[in-house]
Amino acid sequence: METLITILAGVLVTVATYLLLSRNVLRVILGVAILSHAAHLLIMTMGRGLTNGNIPVLKEGVSSFVDPLPQALILTSIVISFAVTALLLVLAYRTYRETGSDNLYELRGFKDE
Amino acid sequence: MNTITIAIILPFLVALIIPFLKKKIFHIHIGWFVVTVPTALFILLVRFVPEVAAGETFAYSIDWIPSYQINFLTYLDGLSLIFALLITGIGALVTLYSIFYLSKYENLKSFYTYLLLFMGSMLGVVFSDNLMGLYVFWELTSISSFLLIAFWFHRKLSREGAQKSLLITVSGGFAMLVGFIMVYVMADTMSIREIITILPEMSDHPLFAPAMVLILLGAFTKSAQFPFHIWLPTAMEAPTPVSAYLHSATMVKAGIYLVARFTPVFGGEASWFWIVTAIGLTTLFWGAFNAIRQTDLKALLAFSTVSQLGMIMSMIGMSSAALHHGHDMDTVLFTQIAFAGIFHLINHSTFKGALFMVVGIIDHQLGTRDIRRLGGLASLMPLTFTVALIGSASMAGLPPFNGFLSKEMFFTAVLNVSELNFTADHIMTMIPVVAWIASVLTFVYCLIFVSRTFLGRYKEERLERPGKEAKAGMLFSPVILGLLVILIFFFPNVLGSYVITPAMSSIFPMLDVELGVTIQQWHGFNTELMMTLALIILGIILFMTLRWWRAIYKLFPEHLSFNHLYGASLENTSKVSKSITNAYMTGHLRDYMVYIYFFFLIVIGGTLLLSGSYRFEISGNGEVGAFDLTIAIAMMAAAISILVAKSRLTAIVLNSFLGYGVAIFFVIFRAPDIALTQIVVETVTTVLFLAAYFFLPEWEKEDSRKRSKSVNLFLSISVGVIFTVTALAVQNNKLFESISTFFEDSYELAGGRNIVNTILGDFRAFDTMLEVVVLLIGGIGVYTFIKFKARKKRNEPLEDK
Repeated sequence: METLITILAGVLVTVATYLLLSRNVLRVILGVAILSHAAHLLIMTMGRGLTNGNIPVLKEGVSSFVDPLPQALILTSIVISFAVTALLLVLAYRTYRETGSDNLYELRGFKDE
Repeated sequence: MNTITIAIILPFLVALIIPFLKKKIFHIHIGWFVVTVPTALFILLVRFVPEVAAGETFAYSIDWIPSYQINFLTYLDGLSLIFALLITGIGALVTLYSIFYLSKYENLKSFYTYLLLFMGSMLGVVFSDNLMGLYVFWELTSISSFLLIAFWFHRKLSREGAQKSLLITVSGGFAMLVGFIMVYVMADTMSIREIITILPEMSDHPLFAPAMVLILLGAFTKSAQFPFHIWLPTAMEAPTPVSAYLHSATMVKAGIYLVARFTPVFGGEASWFWIVTAIGLTTLFWGAFNAIRQTDLKALLAFSTVSQLGMIMSMIGMSSAALHHGHDMDTVLFTQIAFAGIFHLINHSTFKGALFMVVGIIDHQLGTRDIRRLGGLASLMPLTFTVALIGSASMAGLPPFNGFLSKEMFFTAVLNVSELNFTADHIMTMIPVVAWIASVLTFVYCLIFVSRTFLGRYKEERLERPGKEAKAGMLFSPVILGLLVILIFFFPNVLGSYVITPAMSSIFPMLDVELGVTIQQWHGFNTELMMTLALIILGIILFMTLRWWRAIYKLFPEHLSFNHLYGASLENTSKVSKSITNAYMTGHLRDYMVYIYFFFLIVIGGTLLLSGSYRFEISGNGEVGAFDLTIAIAMMAAAISILVAKSRLTAIVLNSFLGYGVAIFFVIFRAPDIALTQIVVETVTTVLFLAAYFFLPEWEKEDSRKRSKSVNLFLSISVGVIFTVTALAVQNNKLFESISTFFEDSYELAGGRNIVNTILGDFRAFDTMLEVVVLLIGGIGVYTFIKFKARKKRNEPLEDK
């Protein structure tokens, strides 16, 4: 299972890298979002094992849990990557409004440079 | 706290207060307030003279970084006392002079802040016994000098001069720092006093010679020695009090202080003797030679300062011969050269200070200091003329002025040294010849200075203001210095035995010979006196025939000078670095991402390959069900489809499919909390993407160039592969047990049964709080971007205002 998830994360990273290298703003933002999915999956696999154990909630008679630490980390990370994605989207929107372009090649530098 | 430490700190403290002085409270010039500082310090330090003359020294230490032996260690001995007296004494006179020189409308607060900053750092340089303390204060003097040169920063020349002086002195200072570190490595101590006892024994150490050269570089750049002298003439853009103080009397002598201080350490080496003497003599000649061609009075004085500094430097260098010989008569003769050097250093401060102030007066009264526009001022400005005459005569080495005494001693020195058998005879005879020729040239430029300015025809039509004598306050300081010039001639031994002789034991601590000299005004018709008489005659002839031999300067055109070399290299360096930077800082996001990914490929991929840590096994894996496999393959397919999606809508939907897929995996991994969060966040994100879809235009066709497309593909696939391999390698090589068992006591530790929740809300509550802060900042950013309209565009950008 760990290997499968890691390979999945690897594919996601490949896709995200390709998107980050493109010139369209929206594709770059998609790349960022996919990269954070890959990161979450990766953090998940770094724990004590993905499926051997119970839900990490203390209960009578249950002694083995899955690793709770990656879960806590990912919970934080999801929220932050959401904030980043939202900000980037609005930035792209505003940039388009001001300059009339969503092409990163055209957005380079200032006119008087 | 002892007195010496207070003496260093006091100027800094006052410098802190000055910016807060209200103009309205002090109707008077701030200078009157400032002048008390050097005066008080001077009186304070003079009280040490009898004790230091009796051979006492004073040390005081405050711990700074004791683990590296870097302490604030102050040390007062004969050598530092001389410099401290010059710094405070000349400092007091210069401050007094500046009160009349600078009008109330100038930016006086900055000026006096910088001046006090300099005073404190310069005292720090001479009183520091710790190498690092010395270095820090050394660089502080460079910085305050930079600020003072650029005082009239609206002038381009001031800014360039300041930059040049900073670049040259600070790079020299950096070399010195490296030298200091080498010394520390060798001697294992930062204290100069201890280094003096340890290091001379270690001359075989491989770092010994490099340390010596690097420390000398620091000294030569600071003291404007050839070929680093080029910064001093351009530094003359500073206000004249600054030139008189920093660039003739004190700061430029820091290099001489350093050489004198390190003579006991390195002086035993023949290379030390040769480097210091040769550079000093070259500077002496070159400065004097160039002073003659100057038409600006201050530039003339600048080159003359360069030349005189070279003379003092060469004397300190020659005196190191004393450390080569046994304790015989010769040793005493050579220590006397250092005595002469220190004596001339004091004399130079008096007469050159007076001359600079004279030039300042001329500039202030007439509005020009161009020799070609001046003349015939003797009758209009009699007092100024007298001071100028005294100063120039002393500089030229005529009796009855102090310069005569030290010049004669200099001749004695070169004559003695020429009899040494260090190397071939004709090279040794070169030393007195060069010294004598340079002295002739010195005599010539002194004549030019006096006669072109004060004698000849008065050219009122070429002046901005008619000539008239300056105010008494402005004349006070130069007159005091002029009187000193004469007084020292008549009573040189007061200075000699109380001030200079104690300094000698700092330069030659290991020698047990009689140090110190009785200076005589008259020592019979000997070779030295003959040399002086001959130079006067030849000097006058050269001055009369100046018109005919001036053409010799055409042999040294501007475009072959060191100054031009400096300018050209500065210009080209900035050009080259600009073109290099422009070549890779393209401003395209893609290019920067490419750099980052290539770096990742080389470093991480290279490490994987070289260390061979890419092995992994899958035996410890959890079971993969058919359902898991289906989801994973579907997600991979969805991800790859995003790349080829024709429409943005497809891409957005595929992305949310990925998000929900991740959420399903979270459920499988027994993580209900994050699965829920993921679903909520993914939903909102999709809505946001759709909003962006609504506002942004349709996708254009991606980059059509095949090459960059294949680069992208290559990069992304290799990044993905390296990522996967690294992750797998890490999973199979866990270095330590998971710390998660600690959190499983969550009920006892945090009172909660949901372990993930207790981690977020209790164990790592601060992280969560800051996460909320991030969310808040993101929210504010989003709100601002949407809500606020851009300001109306103005014609000019705001930064220029």
